[in-house]
Amino acid sequence: MHETEIAIVGAGPAGLAAAVEAAQAGAQVTLVDENARPGGQLFKQIHKFFGSKAHHAGTRGVQIGRNLLSEAEKAGVEIRLDTVVYGIYPDKRLGLACDSQSEDLKAASIILATGANERPLAFPGWTMPGVMGAGAIQTLINIHRTLPGRRVLMVGAGNVGLIVSYQLLQAGAEVVAIIDALPGIGGYGVHASKVRRAGVPILTGHTILAAKGDQAVERAVIAKVDSSGQPIPGMEQTLDVDIVGLAVGLSPLAELAWMAGCQFAHVPELGGWVPVHDEEMQTSLPGLYVAGDVTGIEEASIAMEQGRMAGLTAAQALGCLPSQEAEIKKIEVRQRLDALRVGSFGDARAIARQRILSLSVPQGIREG
Amino acid sequence: MESMQEGVLTTGIPSQAELEASPGYPSAAALARGPIVVIECVQDIPCNPCELVCPNNAIHIGEPITNLPVFLADECDACSQCIPICPGQAIFRVDMTYAEEQAAVSFPYEFLPMPEAGNVVQAVNRAGEVLCDAEVLRVQQPRSFDLTAVITVAVPKNLAMEVRSMVRLPRPWSQGQRAGGL
Repeated sequence: MHETEIAIVGAGPAGLAAAVEAAQAGAQVTLVDENARPGGQLFKQIHKFFGSKAHHAGTRGVQIGRNLLSEAEKAGVEIRLDTVVYGIYPDKRLGLACDSQSEDLKAASIILATGANERPLAFPGWTMPGVMGAGAIQTLINIHRTLPGRRVLMVGAGNVGLIVSYQLLQAGAEVVAIIDALPGIGGYGVHASKVRRAGVPILTGHTILAAKGDQAVERAVIAKVDSSGQPIPGMEQTLDVDIVGLAVGLSPLAELAWMAGCQFAHVPELGGWVPVHDEEMQTSLPGLYVAGDVTGIEEASIAMEQGRMAGLTAAQALGCLPSQEAEIKKIEVRQRLDALRVGSFGDARAIARQRILSLSVPQGIREG
Repeated sequence: MESMQEGVLTTGIPSQAELEASPGYPSAAALARGPIVVIECVQDIPCNPCELVCPNNAIHIGEPITNLPVFLADECDACSQCIPICPGQAIFRVDMTYAEEQAAVSFPYEFLPMPEAGNVVQAVNRAGEVLCDAEVLRVQQPRSFDLTAVITVAVPKNLAMEVRSMVRLPRPWSQGQRAGGL
């Protein structure tokens, strides 16, 4: 059995940021990821990020990821790739599978930064080749530099659907339309404006009825919906497309937190069931922390700040950080988080976050 | 095909009313004096790199960073550094004094192949509709712009506040056609 001080599951923005903070404080950190490369979804975010200078605004996600990875390496984080965490045991032991071997990793603290997965959408033809998640498209075009098709229908006008559509145009595909069943565009208006200038129609109040084709997608049938979301008969149209991208939301990937026995809460604004945690990202189980989309769907800049908070708290609990220094750093993280959760796009998330915090039992009571 | 409703969250295109209500959108009088940037940021998203990059303190956001940028046209020397750093690609540059009949419009651009100065391209409005042919005057892409080029085209003056991009050029290595239309 291997031992480490802080084990982090998931080397995306939250896990990397947690690893950097904890290792810089002097903790021994092992960061585990099932993928061949670290970075999670961050290295395929080729667009410039929003936020303030403290959030690296105006810098492309991929560059923010590279900087974070090099900080983690410099701080001495052990990064174990191609390694699946298949289980978590009560004595803070993780079950790892790597190269068809399994081994245990015991830690004083564990941070779960497992991210999210894409929601599917079922309709006739949805299992055909050519129907894929927007995130999968983004991986193909930005990591593997492969166009999955030439003519794309994107389902979902949230930020993911809008950003991936723009990146498909950059990759040389044609985006025939972006549709959304809602009456308005869910993503940032500026992301919508970019694809509109590039000639892509955005059809709100539209849904997909079917994907059709012989062996793979050749056409998609869409229709206008009424105010209750039902397709209006006679308002169908058929589009010649070979890819249907699904950008219909994400769900927190929280299996390990369930397995560990964490308290959960259902928070629709944040994507469904999320592990209850306190302001310092500790779950209902002492020494088990969460950060990033597993705590509720937001975005990469927030995931990084949550990771920093979890890394600082875990390192402080181990005695690596003097508490005064830790408290100052945590106040800074809190301020950066608050700055990202204001305005008409952030208010609902800020309120939902407060609801999660209200469910968390103060640490003194829990330990007593 | 467009919804009857206007506005950036319905159509993806900021309406004239939204633009004019934004404190980043300069007055016609300021535009008439010479080249300045035009900030088409109409939503309270948390973002402020334009404020920090401006060497002339012509853009003010303050706290919280969801405030819309307030643009002080008199302080702007049209250096254009805010154009490529805006993650929303919502900042443009307009020079109404470029020539007798023509204005110069600059916009951020991230599609290959890049146009070159002297090319004639098809200028489009905020809906991606072709408005006119336009000569490319400049293509700026220094390293500090981090791969977002700023393209400047000459257009008739009456289209200066409409032209905001150009039709993507054909990719010689693929058969891709221009996106658009159903």
